[in-house]
Amino acid sequence: MRFSSLGYTIKEGFKSLFRNKWYTLASVATISACLFLLGAFAAILLNLQYIVNNVQREISVTVFFQSGTTEEEMLNLRDQLILRDEVDHVDYTSAEEAWESFAEELGVTDYLDGFVDNPLADSASLTIYMNDVSLQSELVEFLEGKEIVRRVNKSELAASTLGSLNSLVGVATVGIIGILFLVSVFLISNTITIGISIRKEEINIMKYIGATDFFVRFPFIIEGVLIGLIGAAIPLVALYFVYNNVIIAIVTRFSSLSSLLGFLDVTEVFQLLVPVSLAIGVGIGFFGSVFTCRKHLRV
Amino acid sequence: MRKKGLKDTVLLEEDDVIVLDNVTHVYTNAPVLKNVSLRIKRGEFVFIVGASGSGKSTLIKLLLREIVATKGGVYVLGENLSTMKHRRVPAFRRRLGVVFQDFRLLKDMNVYENVAFAQRVTQVPSAKMHKSVPAILKYVGLAGKYKAKPRHLSGGEQQRVALARALVNKPEILLCDEPTGNLDPANSQEIMRLLNEFNKRGTTVVVVTHNREIVDQMHKRVITVHKGVIESDIEYGEYEAGEYDYEI
Repeated sequence: MRFSSLGYTIKEGFKSLFRNKWYTLASVATISACLFLLGAFAAILLNLQYIVNNVQREISVTVFFQSGTTEEEMLNLRDQLILRDEVDHVDYTSAEEAWESFAEELGVTDYLDGFVDNPLADSASLTIYMNDVSLQSELVEFLEGKEIVRRVNKSELAASTLGSLNSLVGVATVGIIGILFLVSVFLISNTITIGISIRKEEINIMKYIGATDFFVRFPFIIEGVLIGLIGAAIPLVALYFVYNNVIIAIVTRFSSLSSLLGFLDVTEVFQLLVPVSLAIGVGIGFFGSVFTCRKHLRV
Repeated sequence: MRKKGLKDTVLLEEDDVIVLDNVTHVYTNAPVLKNVSLRIKRGEFVFIVGASGSGKSTLIKLLLREIVATKGGVYVLGENLSTMKHRRVPAFRRRLGVVFQDFRLLKDMNVYENVAFAQRVTQVPSAKMHKSVPAILKYVGLAGKYKAKPRHLSGGEQQRVALARALVNKPEILLCDEPTGNLDPANSQEIMRLLNEFNKRGTTVVVVTHNREIVDQMHKRVITVHKGVIESDIEYGEYEAGEYDYEI
């Protein structure tokens, strides 16, 4: 195709946006609404996942050792644990540190000074923080298989609940995005169908004159992509302001929860949301118009 | 000299531009054309006449490769339209010009843009377009109205724009489906004069019409279609006025 013809077809795509301005407006509005919902859901789900991950990191497995286990053996086990994929980090607490911490907690250090030996001599421990609590049982199994390990403290319920919640959030994200994507494709397909019916006469003339399929279809594809792009840009701008205000409102209104609930910064959310929304918008526009042209534009 | 079309059984003469070989076309079980055979040579001016529903428009659709014959061979400009691949159709249609009864001009475009549209679609370079469009508009007598929108033109002027659009790409064949159907006698005469001019310059012209007066005046070859069959095919001079008579 000649460069001037390509320019002409692109210009025609832009022109048809204005030629069918009410349908364009309706399509942009519906796609914007869909992508706004999609963006809002994505922001909620991303934050939920962030909170779940944070809570997950707080869940730990504590290992206590048999009497007589040397510090070297304990640190050796710590080094082995650090190498495991599901382990985020491991804190070692020596018997002395445990005793100091205990005394501090009681707040009566003078009274405890009377102890010559450390009464918590066998309380040295490893505290293991995981990055995926769903793998807790495997880790516990590994630890219980070690001869030097006396006891493993774990929270199975919290681990399984958070693990399930995490997968549920993932499945819900994919499901909701899928449904909204299909709705948007349907809507853009309707707009292109209307555009084709409005321009039927012009298309017929093009056919008789000898226009190629590409020449006839390309303006519709450009139109679809532009509708998708505009339809994606509007909710992104709206979400940017809505997100910030909602987060501020939650943090100020539920200040007691702020220590528990950490929220993602708008820039972090938009790092994902901008490319995904624009790609979905362009994708909906492109595929919607290609399929519609194939169906209604047998040239 | 006769040449055999590639993979075709029909023998095509070198100067044949349209050949129909035993063509039958059926719409939902009712045949509209039955075993039609005809041959049109380069540079001819042919009228196809017949009553409504006789199969004239189907014939034009077959020649444009808008539809494919149910049976038989349709050969235009050496191409077998029955076996032509879909992707080859645009290139084929660029060798034809078409004029319709209802003009089919684009309402949003002015006269110049309507004619230039035919060249844009076929990707003619802009420099060439800027020369050929004014030239053809001058030829059909519309150079002074190039900025006018179709709604500001008379029926005759609109048909001249349609004719200019059909001819701007210098087609080898010009197909006209009832070109004077919406025009008064004076404008009809003018359109026929222009068609005759282009025919003299070498374009083969095929006109499907109801207009008996025009056919009588033009003194050209006349093919009469009746109920899907060719009833008569008479060269000028071989018929008397009214010999190709048909019900309208």
